[in-house]
Amino acid sequence: MLKTLKTHRFLFEELVKRDFKKKYKRTILGVGWSMLMPLMMLFVMKLVFEQFFGRNMDHYTTYLFCGNLVFCWFSESTSLGMHSLYGNAAIFTKVNVPKYLFLFASSVQTLINFALTLVVFFFFCWMDGVEFTWKFLLLAYPIATMLAFNTGIGLVLSAFFVFFRDIDYLWRVFVQLLMYGSAIFYTIDGYSPRMQLAFACNPVYRHIAYFREVVLNGAVPSLETHLTLAGVALAAIIAGCYMYKRYNTEFLYYV
Amino acid sequence: MSDKKAMLECRGVSIRYRIGDFKNIGLKEWVMRRLTGNYKVVDFWADRGITFSIDKGDMLGIIGSNGAGKSTLLKAVSGIMEPTEGTIVRHGRVSALLELASGFDGDLTIKENTYLRGAMLGYTRAFLDRTFRQIISFAELDGLEDRPFRQLSSGMKSRLAFSIASLVKPDLLILDEVLAVGDGAFRQKSESKMKEIIGGGATTILVSHSIGQIRSLCNKVLWLNKGCQIAFTDDVAGVCDCYEEFLHGHSQAVYDPVSAKARISARAEAAARKAAAARQMAEDAEKIGKVRELLKAYKNLSEATGNMA
Repeated sequence: MLKTLKTHRFLFEELVKRDFKKKYKRTILGVGWSMLMPLMMLFVMKLVFEQFFGRNMDHYTTYLFCGNLVFCWFSESTSLGMHSLYGNAAIFTKVNVPKYLFLFASSVQTLINFALTLVVFFFFCWMDGVEFTWKFLLLAYPIATMLAFNTGIGLVLSAFFVFFRDIDYLWRVFVQLLMYGSAIFYTIDGYSPRMQLAFACNPVYRHIAYFREVVLNGAVPSLETHLTLAGVALAAIIAGCYMYKRYNTEFLYYV
Repeated sequence: MSDKKAMLECRGVSIRYRIGDFKNIGLKEWVMRRLTGNYKVVDFWADRGITFSIDKGDMLGIIGSNGAGKSTLLKAVSGIMEPTEGTIVRHGRVSALLELASGFDGDLTIKENTYLRGAMLGYTRAFLDRTFRQIISFAELDGLEDRPFRQLSSGMKSRLAFSIASLVKPDLLILDEVLAVGDGAFRQKSESKMKEIIGGGATTILVSHSIGQIRSLCNKVLWLNKGCQIAFTDDVAGVCDCYEEFLHGHSQAVYDPVSAKARISARAEAAARKAAAARQMAEDAEKIGKVRELLKAYKNLSEATGNMA
């Protein structure tokens, strides 16, 4: 796969460029729009929830932002990725190109958005008086696993979407539920151990928790956390690759 | 690779489409129908048992009326589709020019689209940087590079598509109705460009509704009808004759080499007779002309002598 990726590097670059241009053409704010989304979510959540959940907590804004940052990335990446294969049907039914390139291109696009939001995030941390330590460098780890996780889920969803168009709607409902289940604006400290275990099974929450651990507590997350994140990312990628390998020749019939 | 080795070999290739399964109903409906046992699938075979092979330097024409399975077969040959049954063996780089004008993005500019399309066809960035001006000027789109693609007329779109695609240097070239691009002047240009590529030694598969084109360009022909293979042979003229008869409703979709040959020789005889008759007529005309001249000369002469008298 790496070899084909290398031979198709030029196409890949052009696809990324195309997606980027298409999204931001004719908008004055351009890339700013995509940063606006998490910021607005952040603002609303702060306004609504600070009275309930933020009273006994330092740096509640940063706490919120950690959740929003990761969750918005996940939600954007998966919903955009879902349409990436079907949206390029006109191409892969006419030219013999590796189909996963479209999803990878959309992954890169959302990664860029995430990176920009991350800069804003650090700015907010600074405003919030968070202490910057060398441990911030560790954030590269959950970013890498989250990227792999998003890409894997995107592969699965984009393949599914070709067969079942209503996945889009179902997925949106699921993401909504997952948002409430990811402890973005509340803490899980008050729940029973069993409930806490349920949270631990949510990969998105695990990534958010990693961010919080580093940024708010200045601590290094446990080895178990690291392994879990890597395992989840690997599982998602394997599932995605399986879908594309299994159905590679079938997509054509359903577009 | 030796010249004797087949560039492309299709053995018993069948391609099936499924109609009426979950394609249009969505997940929820699919689950419901599965549960109620109301789930039906209809198979549709676009191609059935197609067998042929072409060697290096061959030019294969594929003929058949609409829905004969030509485009589907080409998709399988170019590797976009996998045959449901049978095998396809390719040797060398395959480049397919199918439905040229589709797959562009209306929101991007002409330049961006050119690079994207070039990348899809497997060109490198350096190659495109080098040939970009040439592409634009061949498509006669100078000065429009930064216009959004959707502003182009459909003729301009296919011109651009053709000039990008015509840079390919493949071992096996697949052309699906692409010789007919643009207006009169551009059509001539594109045809001569196409001939240049073909003349460059590429093995070519050509799908065309123009029988004349098949007759003049191809040395092998494959006739498909409703997914079935009627004929694959190097008797291009014979198959084209049968196909034309079939098109005019004079006969069934069958190819019989013996009768085709007989028809060809009959036609050749008729042509020869015609030519002979024409020659005869020309000769006669010449004789008549000579006689007339003689008469005229005689008349002049007699008039002159009459005057003298």
